[in-house]
Amino acid sequence: MKRRNLAVRLTPKEWKARWKEIHPPLTAAEALVEANRCLYCYEAPCIGECPTHIDIPSFIRKIALGDLRGAARTILSENPLGGSCARVCPTETLCEGACVYNRWGREPIRIGLLQRRAIDHVFDERYEPIPAQEREDGAARVAVIGAGPAGLSCAAVLARLGHAVTVYDGRKSAGGLNRHAIALYKATPKYIDREVAAIRKLGVNIRREVKVGRKPSVADLLEKYDAVFLGPGLGEETRLNIPGENLKGVSAALDFLDELHNREVEKIRVGKRVAVIGCGNTAIDAARAAKRLGAEEVIVLYRRTRGEMPAYNHEYEGALAEGIEFRWLVAPVRLLGRAFVTGARCVSMKLGARDRSGRPRPVPVRGSEHTIACDQVIYSIGQRSDIRFLSTIEGLKTDRHGRVVVKGETMETSVPRLFAGGDCVNGGKEVVNAVQDGKVAARSIHTLIGGSKEASHA
Amino acid sequence: MPDLTADLAGIRSPNPFWLASGPPTNSEYQIARAFDAGWGGAVWKTVGEPIVNVSSRYSSLDIGTRRMMGFNNIELITDRTVEDNLREVASIKRRYPDHAVIVSLMVEPKRETWHEFVKMSEDTGADGLELNFGCPHGMSERGMGSSVGQVPEYTKMITSWVKEVARTPVIVKLTPNITDITFAARAAYEGGADAVSLINTINSITGIDLDTFVPRPAVAGKSSHGGYCGPAVKPIALHMVSAIAADEGAPIPISGIGGIERWDDAAEFILLGASNVQVCTAAMHYGFRIVEELRSGLSTWMEEKGFETLDDFRGRSVNAVTDWGNLDLSYKIVASIDWKKCINCKLCYIACEDGAHQSIELVRRRGEMIPSIKQDDCVGCNLCSLVCPVDDCIHMVERDPGRGDTWKSRVSAGKA
Repeated sequence: MKRRNLAVRLTPKEWKARWKEIHPPLTAAEALVEANRCLYCYEAPCIGECPTHIDIPSFIRKIALGDLRGAARTILSENPLGGSCARVCPTETLCEGACVYNRWGREPIRIGLLQRRAIDHVFDERYEPIPAQEREDGAARVAVIGAGPAGLSCAAVLARLGHAVTVYDGRKSAGGLNRHAIALYKATPKYIDREVAAIRKLGVNIRREVKVGRKPSVADLLEKYDAVFLGPGLGEETRLNIPGENLKGVSAALDFLDELHNREVEKIRVGKRVAVIGCGNTAIDAARAAKRLGAEEVIVLYRRTRGEMPAYNHEYEGALAEGIEFRWLVAPVRLLGRAFVTGARCVSMKLGARDRSGRPRPVPVRGSEHTIACDQVIYSIGQRSDIRFLSTIEGLKTDRHGRVVVKGETMETSVPRLFAGGDCVNGGKEVVNAVQDGKVAARSIHTLIGGSKEASHA
Repeated sequence: MPDLTADLAGIRSPNPFWLASGPPTNSEYQIARAFDAGWGGAVWKTVGEPIVNVSSRYSSLDIGTRRMMGFNNIELITDRTVEDNLREVASIKRRYPDHAVIVSLMVEPKRETWHEFVKMSEDTGADGLELNFGCPHGMSERGMGSSVGQVPEYTKMITSWVKEVARTPVIVKLTPNITDITFAARAAYEGGADAVSLINTINSITGIDLDTFVPRPAVAGKSSHGGYCGPAVKPIALHMVSAIAADEGAPIPISGIGGIERWDDAAEFILLGASNVQVCTAAMHYGFRIVEELRSGLSTWMEEKGFETLDDFRGRSVNAVTDWGNLDLSYKIVASIDWKKCINCKLCYIACEDGAHQSIELVRRRGEMIPSIKQDDCVGCNLCSLVCPVDDCIHMVERDPGRGDTWKSRVSAGKA
């Protein structure tokens, strides 16, 4: 029988068994025990490590005292996407990594799961802890570009402050990378849809499948609205730029993950032996997804070593535990195959002098070329700034990496009344960083634009 | 192995752990299970004219995830007939001759009735009697329980009635619902009691159901104040035991009761003068099996301290309790933080800053702000060491061993 490309496909039953949540929610009783473990530190280090500065000891104490609504209010007041952050945040390196219990040689408080407990509770009882203020005459009209974490955060905070917000997003469904790329064993599209629905209930108008660029342009929006927030994220995944990358069976990790989020289970296929190129968190997400989809072997190829990989250690450990193989100091030079990819011609590397990123530069080892057989290649070697879109905005200042330049304390760009945040500013960080940017921008829009209107109104 | 044998006014038991009169000592079946588990003695659930109980009888004070830190009941004395109870007392005494079996009594305040009950009870072969002058709920409304214990004259009178006919030792169980326990103890002593046991339960309302607005435990939409016990009451009991132990007006053996659930609780009662201890709530919480850890822990501690019998340490701490006026005003300790152990939760800092004497500052060390004691400002109050979650992280260090400068000495020197 002829060997078929992307031959592996899970039955719905297998899918269910393999795609269980990686951190299942705490039961009410477990949450109570966990909340009671918290020491309620003063000037707690967990708060400092949370990019949105949630008052973690306070919300945990509220859970311990049975006040889940109050806990959710504390969380959402600093982080409008507290529910998805509870699921997708790398808590191991953020709040939980800072927990004083670590120094005590004890398991840190499971802050992420406690946060989830509080937010899930108010979602389940359809309770809005921070309803939108009534819109007054002085309310600002704000356009938000991009319904990802930064845009949604900005929109939610503004709506709560009583402003009129319209979010524009080019995709079919709102949520951004949270909706289209987050590992499904952390957060499901279904959950993100629910979170988006809660934000819409605050009065936020979300216009999907409207790509801002030519028409409407950012200039059009600035004309129509009092302020505009720019949260488009980054552009496409950087291409490999090697021969064979257009072969069937080769895809960017974000496209691969997007398919996973938006296609019926029965239609998703994966190779038997999958090579993943790159070792960032998205690459690992893709590798772990491929393995869950039924790939027999998944090999991550990285041109540097574990010491330099951009991925979090806990993600690497998780992948390792799931049987994913890592090959260090290997880079593909050509992808092999006629129509379908059948292998990657690779070269071994060694570490040379430090480059501009401060990491040792990988240098090819002469005569080390070898072939790694595979029937699928997924690459994730970084996302670039969406220069094509950003260049449509007259007067917008970007840095040499194409990142939008903002004033940190207000998120104002070089264009008056245009604010920005999220990956387009930071070059690609966590969901929680984008949420913080959106919140800061919303608060400064409120002060600089909405606030001045309010003052004149009063 | 140390000898745990206990002796309360001549009543001997293989160990000092007795079950206090209450739900766990309601029947021969239960007490047999308890003795098999290793309890040294048991005070039978109070015998008297059988009563009718309400449904919904207990409530508790939970703190954090700790259940039953405090426990409250509105159950009355036995609801079984006098005959049934006493027949089973006789049977258990026959089956367990080496264990202490005490009959607790609560009878209407009539001399003849008391005489009758004392005789019936002693006919069982029981080792002694305990007069329940303590229950603060229900029976007190009928002129019994704490309504006797709260009036020293009644306590003395009824005790003397009992002593007129009793042949076995008489223990008077005292209520803590009074202002000064020594008055009650003296009354019992003067009435001829051979021992006192304390504390009985404390009047309480543990809490209110915030949906129904009715306090717990609820009985058809209403509640009543109940008797409070459990670990939360131990400090009150220890104080009362120590007050009686130190009182020259009532040189009487003591059976310690109140919140005992660990071996070290028992050691503390004995250090303050108790000859044995009685346990109820902990047995209701965990079952009779807890006596295993009680005996083992006490035995281990005695072994480590070189104590061979309970008498080797009984009452040892009585004299360490004195009037405030005898405390040395020149003695000085200050807090000291072991930075190697500090996890930097800053609980000590905020406790001192808001709740004490602003004697802790945050200083920069290795790139972070950590608490540091302002030694000259520290008054040595202990608060920081109490809130610190890490064992042995904050020590109180002696700065001045004291020079005997007490308030009383100042008064007598005319300097106060």
